[in-house]
Amino acid sequence: MSNPNPPTIEESHAAGSNINPVQNKFTDRLTHVLSDLGRNGIFIALIAVVVLFSFLTDGILLRPQNISNLVVQNGYILVLAIGMVMVIIAGHIDLSVGSVAAFVGACSGVFAVQWGLPWWLAVVLSLVIGALVGVWQGFWIAYVGIPAFIVTLAGMLIFRGLALVVLGNANIGSFPTEYRALGNGFLSNVFGEFELDPLTLGVGALAIVILVVQQVRTRRGRVKYSQDVEPLAWFITKLVLISAAIGFFAYALASYKGIPVTLIILGVLVLVYSIVMNRTVFGRHIYAIGGNRHAAELSGIKTRRVDFWLFVNMGFLAALAGLIFTARLNLAGPKAGDGFELEAISAAFIGGAAVQGGVGTIGGAIIGGLIIGVLNNGMSIMGIGIEWQQAVKGLVLLLAVAFDVYNKRRSGGH
Amino acid sequence: MTNHILEMRGITKTFPGVKALANVNLGVERGEVHAICGENGAGKSTLMKVLSGVYPHGTYDGAIVFEGEEVEFKDLTDSEAKGIVIIHQELALSPYLSIAENIFLNNEQKGAGGLIDWNKTNFEASKLLARVGLKENPTTKIREIGVGKQQLVEIAKALSKRVKLLILDEPTAALNDEDSDHLLDLILHLKGQGITSIIISHKLNEIKKVADTVTVIRDGKTIETIAKQDVTEDRIIKDMVGRDLEHRYPDHTPHLGEELLRVEDWTAHHPQDTSRVVVDNVNLNVRAGEIVGIAGLMGAGRTEFAMSLFGHSYGSRISGKVFLRGKEIKTRTVAEAIQNGIAYATEDRKTYGLNLIEDIKRNISMASLKKLEKYGLVHDNEEYAVANEYRKSMNIKAPSVLVKTGKLSGGNQQKVVLSKWIYADPDVLILDEPTRGIDVGAKYEIYTIINKLAAAGKGIIVISSELPELLGICDRVYALSEGRITGELPVEEATPESMLKLMTMEKPR
Repeated sequence: MSNPNPPTIEESHAAGSNINPVQNKFTDRLTHVLSDLGRNGIFIALIAVVVLFSFLTDGILLRPQNISNLVVQNGYILVLAIGMVMVIIAGHIDLSVGSVAAFVGACSGVFAVQWGLPWWLAVVLSLVIGALVGVWQGFWIAYVGIPAFIVTLAGMLIFRGLALVVLGNANIGSFPTEYRALGNGFLSNVFGEFELDPLTLGVGALAIVILVVQQVRTRRGRVKYSQDVEPLAWFITKLVLISAAIGFFAYALASYKGIPVTLIILGVLVLVYSIVMNRTVFGRHIYAIGGNRHAAELSGIKTRRVDFWLFVNMGFLAALAGLIFTARLNLAGPKAGDGFELEAISAAFIGGAAVQGGVGTIGGAIIGGLIIGVLNNGMSIMGIGIEWQQAVKGLVLLLAVAFDVYNKRRSGGH
Repeated sequence: MTNHILEMRGITKTFPGVKALANVNLGVERGEVHAICGENGAGKSTLMKVLSGVYPHGTYDGAIVFEGEEVEFKDLTDSEAKGIVIIHQELALSPYLSIAENIFLNNEQKGAGGLIDWNKTNFEASKLLARVGLKENPTTKIREIGVGKQQLVEIAKALSKRVKLLILDEPTAALNDEDSDHLLDLILHLKGQGITSIIISHKLNEIKKVADTVTVIRDGKTIETIAKQDVTEDRIIKDMVGRDLEHRYPDHTPHLGEELLRVEDWTAHHPQDTSRVVVDNVNLNVRAGEIVGIAGLMGAGRTEFAMSLFGHSYGSRISGKVFLRGKEIKTRTVAEAIQNGIAYATEDRKTYGLNLIEDIKRNISMASLKKLEKYGLVHDNEEYAVANEYRKSMNIKAPSVLVKTGKLSGGNQQKVVLSKWIYADPDVLILDEPTRGIDVGAKYEIYTIINKLAAAGKGIIVISSELPELLGICDRVYALSEGRITGELPVEEATPESMLKLMTMEKPR
């Protein structure tokens, strides 16, 4: 309730009906496009950052190899950001994900390297351990009622410590090839050697087709239920632009090594979790709890159960991030996962999640994570030192949230 | 001709695309109590925000003349410096600070060296407390005193600013009858000391009690200003709604069916102080198609009874039996209560009823998402259609169901809450203060909805602080005092006097 006095709807109805400004179709459409852009400000920010760094790096940023690197280097942060934004929407926070990633990475080293278990068994066991960590933290948060900030702050120390215990003050490496593929692998050359990998292009094309079909179906559904839809021209423009971006992305990957395995994992996660958040009862309960916990409870929503499963899920995703990171370095070390929690939290907030809870999207968190990734990558290419990178990222987080707050105040929202 | 302390002339305030106030005139005489009435959204609050500088000079048209000179306030501090103090419905006190600290917040009593002089602070505070008739130690924390007393602290705070014109926005909305009476007496007492008051209120009986003049606002326009001797409730209501309200309550002929709900020996203790009985051996029943009222003073345990019944949402050591259609049911969790056909619409919409940052649609579906589930996914177009249906049938005034509920007026928010529970399709609906903070026109609509639900065979329990309301809409009324049912009367036999007697019946000690 940042704005002290937005006029209520009834006020606007009571007194405003006779002075409705004359609007023609054109201004109507323009307003729609502008408000849409305002709502998707974060997407535009990503484009702006990409364009900026393409210039500053003389185009190196958009080279196929670098685009591929961008995905692989940021994959684990994006995996964490998915879980983190869900936790934040419910009004919690998780500070322990970096330590959990390190702990699980260390465990996977014991399984896959020291015990010599098959790679897939090591992966499954590690994910189970991650979920169990989530059970532990979820228990304290949901059923004992200790604030998530405290429980996960403790968890940050506990699991960093346990990671060191498991590692026994040494690094564990090197991992089996299949395991390493989680972080380094590419899916390509299935159809033989080509200049442009046909599989990658095919997947890109398929993604575009699925996107278009899904968008058109949603639009048809809304029309069928006589809801408002955006102007057709704008709808098509948006689809074309997004399809072009996917096409370019697929082209870049195809002309390098193909689709990174990390990207496949990420793609599946984004798809599944977007559906969970938008279309399942569980996801809608998360939003309801974040928006008003009391009201959710008195509507029969089992808030404790939702909180519990949120943290189990976060533990699972932290484990997955730990595996991807370990696989990428081919090494389970004591420093793994350092600061991951901060990047994941930043991604969620840059992506439009609200500190008070109730607001946020998976897509937003991914874009927020990509903005951080492009900043990291772009500044590294330019040879900017780590100290300035840190400062710039901090500033971007602050400005992104400030812009969001300003935007909401201007539109009179809450 | 008259001695006006305040004159607002031709005030017009426009929000983007909306005219909230259109050429409003208001004249307040020195030393009077001036009431402003109007439906929610009529523009009362906007007018007061213009007056107090919340909307600064330049953002509205028209002139404000205070004590004979034209004033141009830039903010609240400006208007307070002139002696205009506004007390909002939602009190602006800090719960963890003491009474004295709150009174002198941003007006600290400083001693030598610019440090706060605590002796002076507490001494001055106790003098102010004596003026408002509040017997509390000034060092008591705000959260340790009740809402009624907090209201008095707000007035003491206003007095500390040498207030000349005191504006009270719905001052008794959250108070019980006793505290309300005390507050109204205080307003009259302050009038004796020369302080002019503007009181914004929905409650016509209290307006009649204290006001010398009544101005009615509707749709952002002044309808008329009525002098005390000409004030009648019917005239005010007619002005407010713009039409005659033949009856304040819609006609209702009950068609009673079988017994739906029966509660036996329901007892609940205080959640922290588990030895204190809050709900004491309550027995009651509701038949299909029946509207049953629960009357009780503030603190009688009405809400506590309802919430302990609804999924043990309140209290500790709860015991007793609940029967639905003669079959015993459990209501240990809210989900279980809903599943067994009981719904409870809270008295505090904003804190316990709505997700204010979400839209109408998602609020309506919140308790019944399972119904909209298809192949494990929520069917969102269906959800939209359902919500739209309720928007029309319940007459929720909003351009679409995608409007956030935080932007709706109280009456429309209440309709959203009711829609949520009607969609959940319970057998018994407990409505706690269903018309609190709602204007007369919307109240009538809510009553009509309640009647329709009863006609559809639901059992309705209405909890209300307003006796006329209970007697106007219920078929049968229970009186609750100190957590016990002290009486039960069919509405034909109940009078305000007989009810009040039951409601104040004390426990034999």
